[in-house]
Parts: sequence; C-alpha cells; structure tokens
Amino acid sequence: MAKIIVVTSGKGGVGKTTTSASFATGLAMRGHKTAVIDFDVGLRNLDLIMGVERRVVFDFVNVINGEATLKQALIKDKHLDKLHILAASQTRDKDALTTEGVEKVLNDLAQDFDFIVCDSPAGIERGAFLAMYFADEALVVTNPEVSSVRDSDRVLGILSSKARLAEKGETKVKEHLVLTRYNPARVAKGEMLSLEDVKEILAIPLLGVVPESSSVLTCSNSGVPVIREEGSDAGLAYQDLVARFLGDEVPHRFITEQKKGLFSKLFGAT
Amino acid sequence: MDWLKFFRAEKNNTAKTAKDRLMLAVAYQRSGQANGPSYLPRLREELLGVVRKYIQVPDEAVQFSVQREGGLEVLELNITLPDQ
Ligand SMILES: Nc1ncnc2c1ncn2[C@@H]1O[C@H](COP(=O)(O)OP(=O)(O)O)[C@@H](O)[C@H]1O
Ligand SMILES: [Mg+2]
Repeated sequence: MAKIIVVTSGKGGVGKTTTSASFATGLAMRGHKTAVIDFDVGLRNLDLIMGVERRVVFDFVNVINGEATLKQALIKDKHLDKLHILAASQTRDKDALTTEGVEKVLNDLAQDFDFIVCDSPAGIERGAFLAMYFADEALVVTNPEVSSVRDSDRVLGILSSKARLAEKGETKVKEHLVLTRYNPARVAKGEMLSLEDVKEILAIPLLGVVPESSSVLTCSNSGVPVIREEGSDAGLAYQDLVARFLGDEVPHRFITEQKKGLFSKLFGAT
Repeated sequence: MDWLKFFRAEKNNTAKTAKDRLMLAVAYQRSGQANGPSYLPRLREELLGVVRKYIQVPDEAVQFSVQREGGLEVLELNITLPDQ
C-alpha cells in the first residue's frame, strides 16, 4: 500500500513544485516506485520542472473523466524507471477534480506505487483541499517570511481538522516542516526570520532546510529537478531531506552563514 | 563603522518584529476566530454593547474561541470583568 504525501503551503510561489519534483525524484533515486501528481488544474507546471512537458498526452482530469486510462496518462521519467508523472489538466473548469475521482486515481496508483507525491496548488480551494485530503503525511513548504509562515499555520489547522485521517479521528496527518529559500547571511543580520523562529511558531518537526540557491532557476530552465544537479547546495539539501524522510539520520546543513574564503573574497565568486 | 547604527541594532532587527507580529497573528488564527462562523465579529460587538450597559469594559474584554471537540464545534466565550 502506497504512502500518500502532500506538498502544501497555502501561499503560492514558495517552492512547492520545486520541492515536489526533487522529493519525488529523490525517492525514486533511492529505489522507491514513486508517482508525482500535479493538482494545479489550469496552471500545469510540474511537467516543465520535471522536463516532460513535450510528452504530456493525457492528464489527471482525463483519467478522472474516463477519457484515458491511468497507464496512458502516466509519464515515465527518462532517467529513472521508478519515477512517474501525472500532469495537471489545463482546463479552466474549476470543478474538474471531484473527491470520488481523486480517490479512485489514488487508490489505483496505490496498487503499484510505494509513494504518491501530491503537488498542491496555492490557496485553500478545491484543488489544494483535495491534494491534502487523502494524505498520510504532509510536507509544509514555508519561506522565512511573515505571510508564508502565517499561511503555513493556516494549512496546518486545516490538515489537523479537515483531512480524511483527522475526520476518521484515528490518527492524524504526519506533518513535516520544509523551510526553503533560506538565507543564513540575512538571518545573521537580523533581516530574516531564523529557522528557530519558524520552528517555534509552527511547532512541527523539521524535515529539511533548503537554501536560497541560484541553481534552482538554472535547473528549472532546463527541466531538471535540482536534486539531480551535482554539487548544488539546494540539490544536496533535497538529498538530505529525502534521506531523513526515509529514516536516515542526517545532520542539517546550510543553516549557518558560510564565511567567504579568501578566494571568493578576492574574485567575488558567490 | 556607523556607531549610531550599532546602538540602534535592536531597532533594525526586523526579523524580531516579524516574529512578534507572527506570534499574535497565529494565536488569533488558532483561537478559531479566523475560520469560525462569519457572524462572530458582529456577535462579539453586540455582546460587548450588552455588557457595557452594566459595566465599563475595554474592547478586549470579550474573547472568543472556536474549538472542535469530538466532531462538535464548541464556541467558548470569555468576558473579563475589571476588578473593582
Ligand atoms: N531554494 C530556492 N532558491 C531559489 N529560488 C527558489 C528556491 N525554491 C524555489 N525557488 C523559485 O521560486 C519560484 C516559485 O517556486 P515554485 O516551486 O514554483 O513554487 P510553488 O509551487 O509553491 O508556487 C520559482 O521561480 C523557483 O525557481
Ligand atoms: Mg506550484
């Protein structure tokens, strides 16, 4: 039986899709059969970040409507045969996702996969709600910034009261904090909320800190999840995060300011 | 080094301000008022009016929280009276 993980945040543009792509890729790199689903109906993007945009024939809504089989719609990653992508529909019909439809697709996927990663759209409307409703675990992606932290808290409230597990009242959704776009130098200057501040406010266990990194943009330019980028700080942070998720004990990196060496001072490298 | 700036370091720590503001915003959210029924603010105003017919209390004297307990929504209402 597969484990369903939602990548959520409330606020848009904080790094959910970046995280979903790297997290799913990382799980597959570690040998787990993983499907990643784009729930952002109308604003498909995960396909671009995963570099499969030209191979999308059928999408999530086609499967729900019975216009295609799951097998037809799942896109197999070119590099990792354990990784599959289900693209979002570009329809503008807000009601395209139904609770029953989503449940059926997740149940079918659960037969074959170890992990199902749901990339949530922003907001708390239907798409975002359905992405989290069936989740066993949640990666709450947060930036060290006031509106993002407040929105994450809002989403945590919804997860703990409205998700299926919460409704059943047996267990609750397991929550993980993923702090992204972190800039330790600005934290040191008192310009940015620190990891400790965010942990204290949200009060959920930390899974990983992903630094603000120029390689996230360049990787997205070429459709490569940043976790595949050798030597990228953000990529390494995502590898650590996946390892921790799978139970390894990995110390946190990139949370303190890297003092510039003489070389970078002289030559202005960053 | 700008010494004035140094002595004002505490003031320039906007991260601290952000944290303080967030603590309040999040407390309000968790109290359930933010996602409670939409009539809550009006109910609060009217109750405050009624209380004030009898005793002078500050605005924050009437506090709400909405909680879920075993599938039930519980509205908890606290009216703090000034000690006199
Ligand atoms: N760690 C990071 N460092 C720098 N830029 C980032 C990082 N994470 C995300 N971004 C950038 O932030 C923007 C929003 O990211 P995205 O993953 O699409 O967010 P969301 O899915 O939450 O809307 C993108 O332009 C992405 O390149
Ligand atoms: Mg997104």
